[in-house]
Amino acid sequence: MTLSLGKDLLGLEALSGEQIKLILDTAEPFKEISLRAIKKVPTLRGATIVNLFFEASTRTRVSFEFAEKRLSADAVNVAASGSSVAKGETLVDTARNLEAMKIDMVVIRHGASGAAQFLAERIDSNVINAGDGTHEHPTQGLLDLLTLRDHFGRIEGLKVCIVGDVLHSRVARSNIWGLQKMGAEVAVCGPRSLLPNAIDDFGVTVFRRVEEAIEWADALNILRLQLERMTAGYIPSLREYNRVFGVSRERLERAPRDVLILHPGPMNRGVEIDSDVADGPFSVILDQVTNGVAVRMAVLYMLSGGNPQLAVRSAAGSANA
Amino acid sequence: MPESLLLRGGRVVDPSQRMDVVTDVLIVGDRIEAIGPRLADETKNREGLETMDCAGLVVSPGFVDVHCHLREPGREEVETIATGARAAVAGGFTAVCAMPNTDPVTDNQAAVGFIIRQAQIANAARVYPIGAISLGQRGEALAEFGEMIAAGAVALSDDGKPVASAHMMRTALEYARTFGVPVADHCEEPTLAAGGAMNEGIMSAKLGLRGIPAEAEEIMAIRDILLARRTGGHVHLCHMSTRGSVELIRWGKDRGINVTAEVCPHHISLTEEAVANYNTNAKMNPPLRTADDVAALQEAVKDGTIDLIATDHAPHHYDEKEREFADAPNGIIGLETALAVNITWLVKPGIIDVPLLVERMSCAPARVFNLPGGTLRKGAMADVTVFDPGAEWKVDPSSFRSKGRNTPYAGRTLHGRVHATLVGGRVAFRGGA
Repeated sequence: MTLSLGKDLLGLEALSGEQIKLILDTAEPFKEISLRAIKKVPTLRGATIVNLFFEASTRTRVSFEFAEKRLSADAVNVAASGSSVAKGETLVDTARNLEAMKIDMVVIRHGASGAAQFLAERIDSNVINAGDGTHEHPTQGLLDLLTLRDHFGRIEGLKVCIVGDVLHSRVARSNIWGLQKMGAEVAVCGPRSLLPNAIDDFGVTVFRRVEEAIEWADALNILRLQLERMTAGYIPSLREYNRVFGVSRERLERAPRDVLILHPGPMNRGVEIDSDVADGPFSVILDQVTNGVAVRMAVLYMLSGGNPQLAVRSAAGSANA
Repeated sequence: MPESLLLRGGRVVDPSQRMDVVTDVLIVGDRIEAIGPRLADETKNREGLETMDCAGLVVSPGFVDVHCHLREPGREEVETIATGARAAVAGGFTAVCAMPNTDPVTDNQAAVGFIIRQAQIANAARVYPIGAISLGQRGEALAEFGEMIAAGAVALSDDGKPVASAHMMRTALEYARTFGVPVADHCEEPTLAAGGAMNEGIMSAKLGLRGIPAEAEEIMAIRDILLARRTGGHVHLCHMSTRGSVELIRWGKDRGINVTAEVCPHHISLTEEAVANYNTNAKMNPPLRTADDVAALQEAVKDGTIDLIATDHAPHHYDEKEREFADAPNGIIGLETALAVNITWLVKPGIIDVPLLVERMSCAPARVFNLPGGTLRKGAMADVTVFDPGAEWKVDPSSFRSKGRNTPYAGRTLHGRVHATLVGGRVAFRGGA
């Protein structure tokens, strides 16, 4: 059985547990590069990568950019505003024009679900989905998995609850698939108006109250509540959301065990997560960010044809892994 | 002596006269002259008689499509009345009804007259305009039903847009009674369906696409049925897509309410699975639903809860479909695949037989919309479809007469193909080898 990722990374739904484990394992040696004084290896020297961001993003874009630079790739950032996209160019034309410049990989962030797949089907370059609409955000899912594994030493059997706006969250979908494939028990908790109507068909436990979720879970992955959900009528107010679903220190203190806290960011402090939780002893939110670079290096490396078995040597500085 | 044509030795299927027999059909001029087994002998010395060998083929009254979008005026680069009417005859349709969501909207007698004139020039399938319910399809003020019908409109609809106001729907049903025409509604509760791109369910949740719940259709279906009961008007429910809608229509019909309903070939053949991989050529409104809905709709075609099959032929430009799923327009073309889809998914599995297929594609649509056609009775207009129910063919969109290429059946092998289509005795389409 091949463990190669194929041409693209579009989502975790299509991957096997073995493939996901391989990405996480491949990320391990890459973690160390970011700790060096000279944070650079020649692994992707000569490769051209375009970071095509149709939505504003700081964390993900910068994380990919560091991953690319630390692997010595030549990266170009294209933001939707100020480009020909703003002049009405279609996605397919944008893609073809980029490809005509003989690039090797595209990292795409787009507001439409399916945009990454759309691109992948139309160009020969490798495509990495950096978040498409409310569909998937696979590298976020992977970095969450890596962070859980770092902390617990395993993923299998862990109880992880995703809290918040699952309906509109690509992070939630990638986490559900990734966690399930790695053998974790997955639950979700949030107002029913912000859970997919078909959530029961995902094979997850659904908690009505966040207190129940906290009592059950080893880890909570707390989703960002988009402020526009209130104006769109999904919830009455942010204040009430915090009162009913917000993860507070008081609620966590009643848990039977220490509950690890993840959040994909950016956080709305005082809405879905209280500051003393975000900054508290069980928060691994900044570890997630650190792991993001390593996971993205691993994905870039594997899609470029790198052999995971040689990742250690590659990380050590050999150019041609 | 007018020209005459003998359709020889075909299986003549005409549910309007409960006929299903291998025999000959003689057409003189634009009329059916006779049906009988010895016509070949009786006419063999007739001068100028043309004979079409129909052995192994089905000869039926011409198909009638009460729901298509021909895009003219306004979007002639996508379809014209001429290309749509030629696509129609290629699909075995001798008459089609053109929905009024053109640009400008077909909401007045002059616009109706334009469509009729363009159809005459095209000289392919007959084209019957449907007039808008409301001016500009804005749902605010009633369009002039009387003048549009006098100019040739055969029904009223704001299709493409739901009639959001229950009061507007009620008034339309009442006012249309004067003229005896159906009011055809696109059932969609707009606040529930807002922003939806596909069926709401596990697929939409997985794909991260906004869903349109079945209830968006069902709420409006029952509203319309209840308003038909209140007003005594004839409501025709377009493109039904859910099991719930079927049950509501059955409820209405059981109570003698004047409700008729149509289903599209895609809703009796495909499920939301066709949308996986974000295939925009499987995006339409109402969306493809679940296997359970498909089964219910197939059963409803069989038992008559659904009166007829209509295409909702909706051509779009290639560029419009070649884009992000949520932004792609709704609709697929259907005129040239309807017969084969219906045969492949309804007749071949044994759900309905060929006579019932002809009933749902020809007789019932003509009857429900009070149109000429739907029969091969002596003296009737010679609108005839000759088709081979067993022929296999692979769908190649580049061969379509329609300008549209947006079909989810591309590359599929289907059963059933049109051999010839006669409109008013004239051979308007003859299939290739």
